[in-house]
Amino acid sequence: MTSATVRTGGRRPHGAGIRRGQTAAGLLFTAPAVILLVVFLVVPILMALWVSVSDWGGRGSPFSAGVDFVGLKNYAAITSGGGLAESDFGTSLRNNLWYVLLVVPLQTVLALALASLVNTRILRGRGFFRTAFYFPSVTSSVAITVLWFFLFNPSGAVNALLGLIGIKGPNWPADADGVLHDLLGLVGVQSPPAFLANGGFLGITWWDWLAGPSVGMLIIISLAVFTTSGTFMLLFIAALQNLSQEVEEAAMVDGASAWQRFRLVTLPQLRPTLFTVLTLGLIGTWQVFDQVYTGSKGDPGKTTLTPAYLSYQAGFINQQWGQAAAIAFVLFAIIVVLTLFQRWVLRERGVSKRRMRRNGFTPGDDGRYRTADRTLTAAAIAGGVADRRGGGGDL
Amino acid sequence: MQRRIPRLAAGLVAAAGVLALTACGSGFGGSSPSGSASGGLTSGKGALTVLIGSSGDAETAAVKQQVADWSKSSGTKATVQAASDLNQQLSQGFASGKPADVFYLGADTFANYAKQGSLLAYGDRLKNKGDYYPALVKSFTYENKFYCAPKDFSTLALEINTKLWDAAGLKDSDVPTTWDQLKTVAQKLTKGKVTGLVTSNEYQRLGAFMTEAGGNLMNDTSTKATADSAANKQALTYVQDGLKSGWWKFTKDVGAGWGGEAFGKQLAAMTIEGNWITGAMKSDYPGIDYKVVPLPAGPAGKGTLQFTNCWGIAADSPNQAAAVKLVEQLTSSDDQLAFAKAFGPMPSIESAADGWKQEYPDYSAFIDSAAFAKGVPTAVGSTDVVTDLNSKLASLKTADIGSLLATTQKNLSALQG
Repeated sequence: MTSATVRTGGRRPHGAGIRRGQTAAGLLFTAPAVILLVVFLVVPILMALWVSVSDWGGRGSPFSAGVDFVGLKNYAAITSGGGLAESDFGTSLRNNLWYVLLVVPLQTVLALALASLVNTRILRGRGFFRTAFYFPSVTSSVAITVLWFFLFNPSGAVNALLGLIGIKGPNWPADADGVLHDLLGLVGVQSPPAFLANGGFLGITWWDWLAGPSVGMLIIISLAVFTTSGTFMLLFIAALQNLSQEVEEAAMVDGASAWQRFRLVTLPQLRPTLFTVLTLGLIGTWQVFDQVYTGSKGDPGKTTLTPAYLSYQAGFINQQWGQAAAIAFVLFAIIVVLTLFQRWVLRERGVSKRRMRRNGFTPGDDGRYRTADRTLTAAAIAGGVADRRGGGGDL
Repeated sequence: MQRRIPRLAAGLVAAAGVLALTACGSGFGGSSPSGSASGGLTSGKGALTVLIGSSGDAETAAVKQQVADWSKSSGTKATVQAASDLNQQLSQGFASGKPADVFYLGADTFANYAKQGSLLAYGDRLKNKGDYYPALVKSFTYENKFYCAPKDFSTLALEINTKLWDAAGLKDSDVPTTWDQLKTVAQKLTKGKVTGLVTSNEYQRLGAFMTEAGGNLMNDTSTKATADSAANKQALTYVQDGLKSGWWKFTKDVGAGWGGEAFGKQLAAMTIEGNWITGAMKSDYPGIDYKVVPLPAGPAGKGTLQFTNCWGIAADSPNQAAAVKLVEQLTSSDDQLAFAKAFGPMPSIESAADGWKQEYPDYSAFIDSAAFAKGVPTAVGSTDVVTDLNSKLASLKTADIGSLLATTQKNLSALQG
């Protein structure tokens, strides 16, 4: 008691001093990380921004006297003018778009499925499976890429397996045909209708935008799903283990089936993790580089060219540093816009009062749901499930 | 909390500002090469760095050996470094102002660096300047300046599987010397799994036929686009006919990565590759007997493509005088023949050609082809155009050759603007 009194007595005159000390200490402790971020992230990003609006040729410092400001010339070169730079950029965006459209949903669903699997109590050897599923994520992406291209070699393991069931596999790494074009070809659409062949965007006709990923790109798509779903599985496991068992049991008592419990109780509670996984997936897939660099180098027929690799190529091979930086910043803008869009789609929607009332809750009924606690929202939804089974509820 | 956040932010901004300033002050300032100038070249006492894009241990060891010998006789220290990604490491060096002094440089990327001013144009200072093959000198000339000494070169020739040749009832006198004869023998050789002629679908192979028809993508000095010429059209039409009638196939269509693989696996009775194929055949397919003959002549006579590298010297090198001496030594007849012995490249000087032929009598077709070989385009940005062309040549069998060449012509013409 005495010491407590002394402390209280002493705090009054020097209170601000102690706080100040805390601020300084806080700054000191964060300084290493902040300095690293500034030196290796902020400064290079600002430099790249300058390069993207300058005519720096790659020799000496971009801030030296001979380098001039050229405005948006580099951005114009990759987005207009009808030149090779434009159509290459358009091609790379097309390729990456199909890649994202396939990889993000596939890897998220697979990660969630694997996480749910290894999280069930009845599965024997859970530890083993967790390690096995996570293993591709910790292996070097270069090593896996080399292995993957080996498997997809025309005379490799994948085609040998396909051969066993009587399918003659394609020459994966050399087949530049778009999968959608191939499918359309099967139903007899060999050449594009005029309205698709004539119009276009970024130097690529609409018909080519609709080509779908090439057969060669499928190698990289399957590789990405294989390696990253393990990482995201880990995130989902952590989230699943944080879920309260009571809610699940409450839903069980209410008679919800396993699928209903998963879809209506577990999944809504995983929304924050889902957001993280989708965001990381979106960012990662738009920046795909190492698989292209080590594996395909843009082949076959530029169908695995991605903006990140194109940026590398423009800078390091062709010495078009301004264009390379411009590509990087357009890519950055795309990622930011898509992330914001996705945030908006996945935003937390409160359960409306009307729906609450329909589901048998009235404000003040038990008052607890007003805390907007996620668990309770889920319980309310689970309650809705029970109602529907009784023919009353409507979700 | 409310009061602390702005102060923290202010602190961070201040820290960022200071760091940015110090960083700029130390690293990104102007970089002027140190050392005194002698005859327009810098000379200093520092050791030279030699950056090479090596094909393997044999090449690295041979270059190390020759450079070490030069160091001993000249008294200037020099270290050899094998790059894992040559273009990337060169770019980093040029941007930092501290590049390697001497380095390998491909003909296709050389002009990019010459344009940005990173290279020393020392070609005219070389004592053995007149000894280099003129076509190679053209490959390393940018805006009428001979920049760097050709290191070595390769040409394309026709490789023939002798066992399959004999099995098809063909004799030595049947070796094709014209396009028609090539077609005839390839048709005879096409049987079952074997295709008469298999090549990759790149311009870097099919372009040889353009030169045989009297064309090429650009003129010899890479200053004018000539992609849509009638000669090029004739050449690609010949290839297209071959693909349509099946005696010619592309590597991707027989499931091979390159011509050498198709040839080694006996999916092809003939292929068109450069002298690098000899090493691959020895190590991967030692059981295959084959011979190398010059490519058949086209309507405009003999022709083939050549590929080459040079020894670049950095404009920012503090010791250019010693670097030029080192390059003179490395491109001398003795050193080039030593390289040829170690890993097989063809010497870039005419006076060493006989020595190479003695070393490799079976492969003399490669070096004999130097007399009529043409280079690939070296104009700034031409690599991209060629890559684009290659992606379209993949479907040459059904392509509209006129529009394909017109696009390439448009893209190449844009480079000179």
